[in-house]
Amino acid sequence: MTRPVPRLAPLLALILLVAGCDDPMVDQAKYEAYEKAELFPDGKTNQPPVPGTIARGQLDYFATLRQRPPLTRALVERGRERFDIFCVPCHGRTGDGDGMIVRRGFPSPPSYHTERLRNAPTEHFVQVVTNGYGVMYSYADRVPPADRWAIAAYIRALQLSQDFPVARLSDEARSRLEEAR
Amino acid sequence: MAQIFPPVADTCVKLAGIAVAVLVVGGLMVAGGAVRSDWLTRVGVAPDQPVPFSHKHHAGELGIDCRYCHDDVERSASAGFPPTKTCMTCHSQLWTNAEALAPVRSSFTTGEPLAWNRVHDLPDYVYFNHSIHVAHGVGCVECHGRIDRMNRVAKVHALYMSWCLDCHRDPAPHLRPPERVFDLDWQPPADARALGSELVARFGIEPANLDSCYVCHR
Repeated sequence: MTRPVPRLAPLLALILLVAGCDDPMVDQAKYEAYEKAELFPDGKTNQPPVPGTIARGQLDYFATLRQRPPLTRALVERGRERFDIFCVPCHGRTGDGDGMIVRRGFPSPPSYHTERLRNAPTEHFVQVVTNGYGVMYSYADRVPPADRWAIAAYIRALQLSQDFPVARLSDEARSRLEEAR
Repeated sequence: MAQIFPPVADTCVKLAGIAVAVLVVGGLMVAGGAVRSDWLTRVGVAPDQPVPFSHKHHAGELGIDCRYCHDDVERSASAGFPPTKTCMTCHSQLWTNAEALAPVRSSFTTGEPLAWNRVHDLPDYVYFNHSIHVAHGVGCVECHGRIDRMNRVAKVHALYMSWCLDCHRDPAPHLRPPERVFDLDWQPPADARALGSELVARFGIEPANLDSCYVCHR
């Protein structure tokens, strides 16, 4: 007569050994950002807040959006950094609208160096970053309000760089310009 | 003559045999370095992805900044994984009929996220924070390698604890000026340690405390 239990014992031992390889400390019973979540019906760890939720700091967010910050060198430098990340792919380094993505076939955005955009209020650029414009998507989820003002300030600097009377340049800047010519 | 061994002895012998085999094979793997091999740590092995996205094309050839898509990296523990909308910022106009992008368009219309496979996945008992690293001069390249040269992303480091500690105990040679953190081309000066020591002081980094357990395990 065979004895089923002792014959299966080595197999059982092997299963237990293999199970030991799965370390419960490595994959704990918690969700990390972007992990698939079995708990929620849509399977996402990152759940949207309940509709109507006001997040902590959200009132400041909207206040910053309405309130134009003072123009400082730091603001313009921050604006240049953010412009180079988010705007340059299409608008180009100088804002002519000939960025790398445009050269690959994306519809060309208008140059900043036109009468219409020189006369546009600074708020206009903040609005475009916030809401998008034409085929340009909104960047509201990637660029926080303070940075939108910084980008707008830098666009003003870019406009000035392409539209400044030579007579008003400092002597040093003018001689460097003459040399470059 | 009575039996010396009971029938269960057969099982004991087999179990002992398995145990010896596991010890011998395991011992050989540790001694031979197999447990640290790229085959087990997946270094250089790019997992399959739902869309053949190329960092070499986007970050390298087109020169798009890392933060255009990974926009949380400066303010959050996670670098931020781009939603499908970020892809569609350009691909609503470019390559709109490309077969390779069909899953992206489908994700955008249905709201069902693309299920990318993680390349760098730390154990759950490690608390890694991207923002503190990029704010204190640790470049993307330091851990991720030349992402801008990879068609499909693979790990370049095994992410061993000893590798983390090497830098936590002596960060100076691994640091770069803050404006160069996202510059994948940046090369350290001849005397990287001198620059690094200056940056350690400027950022207020305290290497003496950086290898405390609680820095990474909480």
